[in-house]
Amino acid sequence: MSNQTNDSPIVIEGLRKAFGEQKVLDGINLKVAKGETVAVLGRSGGGKSVFLKLLIRLQTPDSGSIRIAGQEITKLNEKQLNDVRKKIGFLFQQAALYDSLTVEENVAFPLKRHTKKSAAEQKDRVRELLADVGMDQDLEKLPSQISGGMQKRVGLARALALDPEILLFDEPTAGLDPITATEIGSLILELKKKRQMSAIVVTHDVQGAKAYSDRMVLLHQGTIQAEGNLEELQRSKDEFVAQFVGYGSR
Amino acid sequence: MIYLTIFVLAAAISSPLASRARMRLAFPKNLFISVFEWFGELGFFCARLFRAALVPPYEFGELLRQCDEIGSKSLPLVALAGAATGVVLSLQTRDSLIRFGAKSFLPAVIVFSIIKESGPIITGLIVSGRVGAGIGAQLGSMKVTEQIDAMEASAVDPYKFLVATRVLACILMLPLLTLASDFCGIFMGWIANMLAEPISLRLFLESGFKNALFSDFIPPTLKTMVFGFIIGLVSCFQGMRTRGGTEGVGRSATSSVVLSSLFVVVADVLLVRLILTIWG
Repeated sequence: MSNQTNDSPIVIEGLRKAFGEQKVLDGINLKVAKGETVAVLGRSGGGKSVFLKLLIRLQTPDSGSIRIAGQEITKLNEKQLNDVRKKIGFLFQQAALYDSLTVEENVAFPLKRHTKKSAAEQKDRVRELLADVGMDQDLEKLPSQISGGMQKRVGLARALALDPEILLFDEPTAGLDPITATEIGSLILELKKKRQMSAIVVTHDVQGAKAYSDRMVLLHQGTIQAEGNLEELQRSKDEFVAQFVGYGSR
Repeated sequence: MIYLTIFVLAAAISSPLASRARMRLAFPKNLFISVFEWFGELGFFCARLFRAALVPPYEFGELLRQCDEIGSKSLPLVALAGAATGVVLSLQTRDSLIRFGAKSFLPAVIVFSIIKESGPIITGLIVSGRVGAGIGAQLGSMKVTEQIDAMEASAVDPYKFLVATRVLACILMLPLLTLASDFCGIFMGWIANMLAEPISLRLFLESGFKNALFSDFIPPTLKTMVFGFIIGLVSCFQGMRTRGGTEGVGRSATSSVVLSSLFVVVADVLLVRLILTIWG
């Protein structure tokens, strides 16, 4: 198991989740290799965000196995779960910055609680992280005083604060103008090259996903309908896959 | 009192969807089930809160920030309400006491009314309005904008950072705010009295506190810690279980105020009975 774990920091088997009668995920199997970026595509309301939240147990699955960095997270107690969560960076769809804290305090939030760095070291680290995402000019601003794209950048800096092994992105380019969306896509690509982290990106943006992902999976009706790179998905005989990728590629 | 409490509670917690409310009103059994469910969930919430508050590490910085938010920022309103109570009490009681030839008791009546009941309950209700709505709306909006999820994803316990600090701040600040309210009430009671019939502050206080014991003052002031616990607990609970976007945030803010005020009033009745039983 340890070899497999070393190769695949994320291993998901038979993952199921339903809300009442509605089956959102119905037997998902997925492995993400070290340094690999997988884009999870699918229609709105298709369970992509739920899938991502299950990976850090913000929601609990009905059945199935989720191994993150070699740990079966469905069976961990709270302390063990938090140890695993420290290895994961999560960028939320609306960035989810703490609105009572400044940009600097937002990024310092996990550092203050999970590292033994001095205040000066924390400050340096925060500046370094914000510089990486091009946001080192607005440290004292509140989230409400910066744009949506800037919020995503700060959210990304916060997600990177603890040097995670795994990054999870929930719609990183949703609601952004094409230029900002491309900038965020480039940032993801840059991070991938620089830090060699495994990542799952949930998105609608087929063209963006083509740029920064190694592989795409298409989620439909609770299952993985297709898997491969964009060209492979475009050659699919499945009507839904062809339609989704066709529209997304226009 | 009990029926009224259950009715208000049921109305407050069954408001999320009009259709569901109509259905519930059609089936009182379901309504009672939802009340019991609410108490059950509150029990689990309490357990998580106590664990978060007792197990280190502690969030002292956030606790101080909340003390400032809840304490200092409520002070002007509480002081004003206390002062108004003192003035009204002085004006209203004066006539009645003159009618019964007991005008000399006016300072004692004002002091005893304020320290034993008016000060604590007015502070409790003012804080449940201002702070309860604030906490309910703030946690509710954090919930719907995934900020609480983000906190959990950062391996930080939101019960420790958000809930325990707010509940503790409420517990610590309520007695202090009550003292401020008592002070303003008594002082303004003296001012109102002085305008009708000049009397020195010293004489007013001497005759007001002549027969007062510590047992008249300490238990009513400390009972506001229970009010603080109720306000913090109920508001945080309503905020943390918010569902349904901005509409849900509005509902959480409203139900936080309604429920915390209701429970403060009910707790006051029980605590007064308990205090009278213990201290006579």
